[in-house]
Amino acid sequence: MSEPLKNTLLFVVVGALILLTGFTQSWNAAILILNMGLISAIMSIGVNLQWGFAGLFNVGVMGFVALGGLAVVLVSTPPTPGAWSAGGYGVVLALLLGAATVVAAVMVAQKMPKGRARTLTIIAILVIGFFVYRAIFDPNIAAIEAIDPAVAGNIGGLNLPVLFAWPAGGLLAAGAAWLIGKTALGLRSDYLAIATLGIAEIIIAVMKNEDWLARGVKNVYGLPRPSPVVGYEVELQQDPSFLARAEWFGLDPVTASTLSVKLGYSLLFLIVLLVLLWMAQMALKSPWGRMMRAIRDNEVAAEAMGKDVTRRHLQIFVLGSAVCGIAGAMMTTLDGQLTPGTYNPLRFTFLVWVMVIVGGSGNNFGAVLGAFLIWFLWVQVEPMGLWLMNLITSGMPDGSALKVHLIESAAHMRLFTMGLILLIVLRFSPRGLIPEK
Amino acid sequence: MDFLNALVALSNFVLVPAIAYGSQLALGALGVTLIYGILRFSNFAHGDTMAFGAMIAVLVTWAMQAAGVSFGPLPTALLALPFAILGCIVLVLITDRLVYRFYREQKAKPVILVIVSMGVMFIMNGLVRFIIGPDDQRFSDGARFLIKARDFKAWTGLNEGLAIKTSQAITVVVAVVAVAALFWFLNKTRTGKSMRAYSDNEDLALLSGINPERVVMITWIIVAALATTAGVLYGLDKSFKPFVYFQLLLPIFASAIVGGLGNPLGAIAGGFIIAFSEVTITYAWKKVLTYLAPESLEPSGLVQFLSTDYKFAVSFAILLIVLLFKPTGLFKGKVI
Repeated sequence: MSEPLKNTLLFVVVGALILLTGFTQSWNAAILILNMGLISAIMSIGVNLQWGFAGLFNVGVMGFVALGGLAVVLVSTPPTPGAWSAGGYGVVLALLLGAATVVAAVMVAQKMPKGRARTLTIIAILVIGFFVYRAIFDPNIAAIEAIDPAVAGNIGGLNLPVLFAWPAGGLLAAGAAWLIGKTALGLRSDYLAIATLGIAEIIIAVMKNEDWLARGVKNVYGLPRPSPVVGYEVELQQDPSFLARAEWFGLDPVTASTLSVKLGYSLLFLIVLLVLLWMAQMALKSPWGRMMRAIRDNEVAAEAMGKDVTRRHLQIFVLGSAVCGIAGAMMTTLDGQLTPGTYNPLRFTFLVWVMVIVGGSGNNFGAVLGAFLIWFLWVQVEPMGLWLMNLITSGMPDGSALKVHLIESAAHMRLFTMGLILLIVLRFSPRGLIPEK
Repeated sequence: MDFLNALVALSNFVLVPAIAYGSQLALGALGVTLIYGILRFSNFAHGDTMAFGAMIAVLVTWAMQAAGVSFGPLPTALLALPFAILGCIVLVLITDRLVYRFYREQKAKPVILVIVSMGVMFIMNGLVRFIIGPDDQRFSDGARFLIKARDFKAWTGLNEGLAIKTSQAITVVVAVVAVAALFWFLNKTRTGKSMRAYSDNEDLALLSGINPERVVMITWIIVAALATTAGVLYGLDKSFKPFVYFQLLLPIFASAIVGGLGNPLGAIAGGFIIAFSEVTITYAWKKVLTYLAPESLEPSGLVQFLSTDYKFAVSFAILLIVLLFKPTGLFKGKVI
């Protein structure tokens, strides 16, 4: 079997699995899998840029995804009345002062000669800067959080169309990645892994605790949708032309409206995925992509050829993180809410890694395929596990403790299955389903 | 008097918890550092190994409690600990045989082993959730306090009380015993010396007739014992929750790296550095300062540098500072 045929077949198989869900379970479930699959595919492209192209071990995907979600709130929600005058400018001032402190400390570290004087100056700058920052920051956030805390208590957003939030999410993630890359990219690969793991946790901690920013664990609900492509169910159900079309398809208005909304998302996500996939493919084929792979395969040789390894690493780290940020913004738009408490590294970092490795690291199509396949399994393993457990326990007497426990625990099968899939692929097909060319 | 009160408040809220937490981190970091020294990769599954060991301890404790076995004032979990260690050893040896050995023979790059350990992490995490569920489980029994705050106040006549939980005292004692045994083993026994030789220079060790598979097996056994002990102690001190163990991965790695990856002494120092910084930076100093400062200078706020939710940020910041200024860690890493 030729290679393009095999690859097409693999995609057809995954597509058929999703269609099968539609026929056997419900179309709603199938389109949900499709939508999250599209988003996962974009995350995979981001991780594949970093790992597949450049060999950077980033396990902080969750952090960038969450920053994308934050961007949706900051861009698309209406500003809270009075929040800016109450404390918004003060917060900005405090943050600028905080940044200035760090910059000053870094400059001192670079400019002054090494010695005790330098250490003391740096410590003095940091300590004084910290207290000044807190002195300005604390009263201002207290003022913002005091505004109508039951429904607002945050600074609000720019009230722009939500589609602007997607690139904004990418930018926010890119900015964070630049800061991280500047400090951590010089480190060895497993140190970089720990560093990114830690930064992701910190980003989540900030989003959970800084209520003035996006309400923290109080969550933000009712984020706007990218209308007119994605409508609102209630409005659609009252639209006569929509009702006529629904009747033509033989669907009742409620089902038709939910399907239409979800398909609207699918269309938008598909467009973003195709654009990013095209860009990633062009990058891979370009001299830049070849240089990246040369650096990945032999850093010393590439450096000897005059390539600036650190700069190129920083570049691709920022690009890959930006792609993850875009995906994060899209996901929050799809959910219509930002819930910082639900970000879990197993789901948002390590699962994306499983997708990339199973699909084939270094190959963009592999990453996309892996994303769809793994997401499908992630969703479907739970019912499959339940079915399996029911089968195993069917011989047991009703009400036996073991039977109850096994059936209740079926939900936890998915982590186990993902680990198993990852290990099996790494062992028997380490280059993934669609290997790098 | 005020000074004594301040000292007691400081011990009660900072020193005692930090020493207990530091011992737990040190035990965890020792496991990470041993794996790094001998098998030469960062084991992402370590937190879940701890959770697995602690889970067996919880189950055995429940069985013992049901059978009416108890350990007097000490928690029954200490009796369950040897069984838990055995169970954990079986698990890691099976994992090594089925998973890691293949890559060792292939001489795979360390980063591949790290990814493999991610897969193992998923599986162990899934196993633990499958067997005991994702919820909080309490399994400590026996006397809750070694010294109660009220008794302490009565003895000394101070305003501030000092409470020491049994679990904290046990943590420190067990950690000291475990560390002493480990260092005796590494420095005095033939097997321990062969492990250090293997870590120092693999080829030279092979030439001198050291059996690598045996070294690896003993490493896993020690790591399983350390991880289970750390997991049980942490569970006794706080409570057993699978996801918390996964999150412990970050401070544990921070401890190991701050001390110097591959250096057991560094792992212990790193554990205490991380624990003390986390606790001191997230503690509200108002109480201590009120005793110390003259009345006119009494602090108005809580004098808390960061909210407790940012404790990850603290361990992480220390990690970054050490990596930037002293990349091999405070103690020179990569030697056992």
